[in-house]
Amino acid sequence: MDPSRKRKIRLGVALSAAVLLAAALVYTSFSASSEARTPSELDTAQAGVSYQLTGKVVEGSVQRTQDGLDFEVRDRDGAQAVPISYQGVVPDPFREGREVIVTVQRQGDGFMGERDSLITKCPSKFTTDEQPS
Amino acid sequence: MAEVGRAALILALGVAVYGIGASLYGARSGRADIVASGRRAAYALALLSVVAFVILEAAFLRSDLSFAVVAGHSSTTTPTFYQATAVWSSQEGSLLLWLTLLSLWSALVLFLTRRQLRDVAPYATAVLLGLGAFFAGLLIFLESPFDVLASPPVEGAGLNPLLRSPSMMTHPPMLYSGYTLFAIPFAFAVGALIVRRVDAEWIRATRRFALAAWLFLGIGVLLGARWSYAELGWGGYWAWDPVENASLMPWLIGTAFIHSIMIQEKRGMLKVWNASLILATGVLCLLGTFLVRSGILDSIHAFGASTLGGPFLVLIGAMTLGSVALVVSRRDTLRSEHRLDALLSRESIFLLNNLVLVALCFVVFWGTFFPLIAEAVTGQRAALGPPWFDRYTVPLALLLVLLSGVGPLIAWRRATAANARRSFAIPAAVAVLAAVALAAAGAGSALLALGMFVAGAFVAGTVFQELWRGTGARRAMTGEAPHLAVVRLIGRNRRRYGGYLVHLGMAVLFVGVAASSSFQDATDVRLAPGEQAEVGEYTVRYTEPTARLVATREAGLEFIELGARLDVWRDGEALGAMTPTRGYYPSQDLAGLGAIGRFFEGESVSEIALDAGAGRDLWLAVQPDIGALEPVIREGDAVFAQAAGGLSPQFEAVALAQTLRGLVDRYASEAPPAQFRLLTSPMITWIWVGALVVFAGGLICLWPAPDAARRRATAGLAVRVARDLGRVRART
Repeated sequence: MDPSRKRKIRLGVALSAAVLLAAALVYTSFSASSEARTPSELDTAQAGVSYQLTGKVVEGSVQRTQDGLDFEVRDRDGAQAVPISYQGVVPDPFREGREVIVTVQRQGDGFMGERDSLITKCPSKFTTDEQPS
Repeated sequence: MAEVGRAALILALGVAVYGIGASLYGARSGRADIVASGRRAAYALALLSVVAFVILEAAFLRSDLSFAVVAGHSSTTTPTFYQATAVWSSQEGSLLLWLTLLSLWSALVLFLTRRQLRDVAPYATAVLLGLGAFFAGLLIFLESPFDVLASPPVEGAGLNPLLRSPSMMTHPPMLYSGYTLFAIPFAFAVGALIVRRVDAEWIRATRRFALAAWLFLGIGVLLGARWSYAELGWGGYWAWDPVENASLMPWLIGTAFIHSIMIQEKRGMLKVWNASLILATGVLCLLGTFLVRSGILDSIHAFGASTLGGPFLVLIGAMTLGSVALVVSRRDTLRSEHRLDALLSRESIFLLNNLVLVALCFVVFWGTFFPLIAEAVTGQRAALGPPWFDRYTVPLALLLVLLSGVGPLIAWRRATAANARRSFAIPAAVAVLAAVALAAAGAGSALLALGMFVAGAFVAGTVFQELWRGTGARRAMTGEAPHLAVVRLIGRNRRRYGGYLVHLGMAVLFVGVAASSSFQDATDVRLAPGEQAEVGEYTVRYTEPTARLVATREAGLEFIELGARLDVWRDGEALGAMTPTRGYYPSQDLAGLGAIGRFFEGESVSEIALDAGAGRDLWLAVQPDIGALEPVIREGDAVFAQAAGGLSPQFEAVALAQTLRGLVDRYASEAPPAQFRLLTSPMITWIWVGALVVFAGGLICLWPAPDAARRRATAGLAVRVARDLGRVRART
């Protein structure tokens, strides 16, 4: 086989491998992702499906239970709230009024947080709107 | 002083804009004096941004609360080290740090190359000054660090307690050094493409900068990971958070670049590839800076809604379009001087390593931006978690470690069977032995981890074999003592042996990652004093609570510390006591909070207890239950609210201190149950040890070899002779 043809074949093989891998990546990312929702968008949530919930912890809603935390999460600029039961790591900055991200599944009327999935946003790094005046 | 700082920034912008114009005009018209003037503008930019930075730093150190940024990010009770480093915990200060580092590196590279690359350098100057002008513009028009408050507060907000960790405060300067150093090869690549001078000259001139960028960015990423492990109270070091990924992506492509430029230097191949890699790295560095500040993705790091998104997007867009246009329009001049001879050759292994690194970067990029991609495709935001990232990054990392053993030893152009036998027989035997031994020891339960151990053994085998052979050859020639021979061998071949050391360190690091993530034991328990729990082979008993008030200078109360003393046994053998604690920092938001209550409404930060060892780490964190204290807190708040105004400030301070002392004593005597997180991770220390080896290797690569300095001196002489000859010839 002449060298230029061989090179073309090699290039073709390499490119198709890359395309296949990329396709796998794209496919799995859509099937493995959990939908990001706000509390008001969780009305239509189905049992057995994981959602990534973003919102603020409702003031006065946090209760420590025997093995974890119960709290409510509301929309960033709204009042609609959903109750969450959660077990696992509670990050240092977690507190009422603060924005959190947690992976949840519907369970009865409330939602069950996935173990160790609670993330609290670091409150003051690089904020530009909290300057004392 | 604020006016001086602002003036310095405005001058900096003016100088940068002038320098861009002078460099471009000088290059077009071929006037060396104007090009030199453009270069001097870069020196002036460095000087001015250093002046601005020093002014801001001085304001932080003397706690000048009339500066809005100082009031917002520091306080008189903040320890001095953190006052100095709080500068870059603010958006404004960190942008100024970016500008300062960028302009310093730019000045350095332009000074070093002032007699080389006369055609490329003016365009590189313009690119570097363009970036400088962009950041100076942001600092003047959008995020001014020199805003003053009409009525300064009596006390500042203080540095966020979470950031009060040496690793977190050195992390940003390292990261920004990496980002800004990558701007140098980026700028020279743009210059080289513009003038179509795409030999390896620009690579040689900026290679050390690329390497230093890679090193600093790596240190920055690692310090972030270490901070997360030791400070954040969850016990992990990497969570595939967008902000972490943002710093990893340019590092991955930068790693590919510093490998593939060797192919261009030695064989004149992969020119399109190298140019594309460094252009991509430059864009990714800006993208990283942008991601951290824009808040477009949901991240652990909430960065306040900022006005910077627009300008950054415009810059990143322009850089991307410009880069693509440059590479496409110069593709004819970028043709390789050679072809790939064989699939089994160093060239193709390097190419494969590059493809793996780019694939890794693509995976990280896709996962990071998936929320935006999903929203664009399905109209619904969706996010990918760590399991998705692990599915792709783990096999790719395994392949990468394996290639890092093969690449340095395989022959250039075409590997023969004899070459392969000579280079790989011993390392392969080591790897097989390791596989058998580990499988016998029961590591077969985690196949990917086992694969990583075997790959690590292979890499270690190659590195030690090369050191052994090199030392042996040197001793045969010189008759030196063994230790001297090793040192001289490394000293004379810094790039080569520094590189081996980097590969060895990476293998050690990945072995640590594989072991600690596959064989970790974790327990979350609630314990009352006297109760105990098991984690792995450890037994942990909660003996008694600890509680104290922590004051800094001038007797100002900084925070309340509640914790737990735990006795630890390993396999029945007593290891002594460990005391994880939690610090409660007073809230700065005074409205609606009582004098006592504000200590428990502010930030609280875990101070973990860590027993680190080569074998395994025991990591303990405590979450005290302050519910029992709540009635006392409320009562104290009521008393202080009633007495408000009626007490002299001194008396109030004393009364407050006494009440808090009583509160702390009460916690210690009541001893309510507390929540604990107990972790044991095997070999996690090896991650940090491996990283240190990597950085030692990187430093060895960077250090100028003595003979290189000599060569530069003789090259300078040659240039002078040539110039004189040219003059003579012109006259005759």
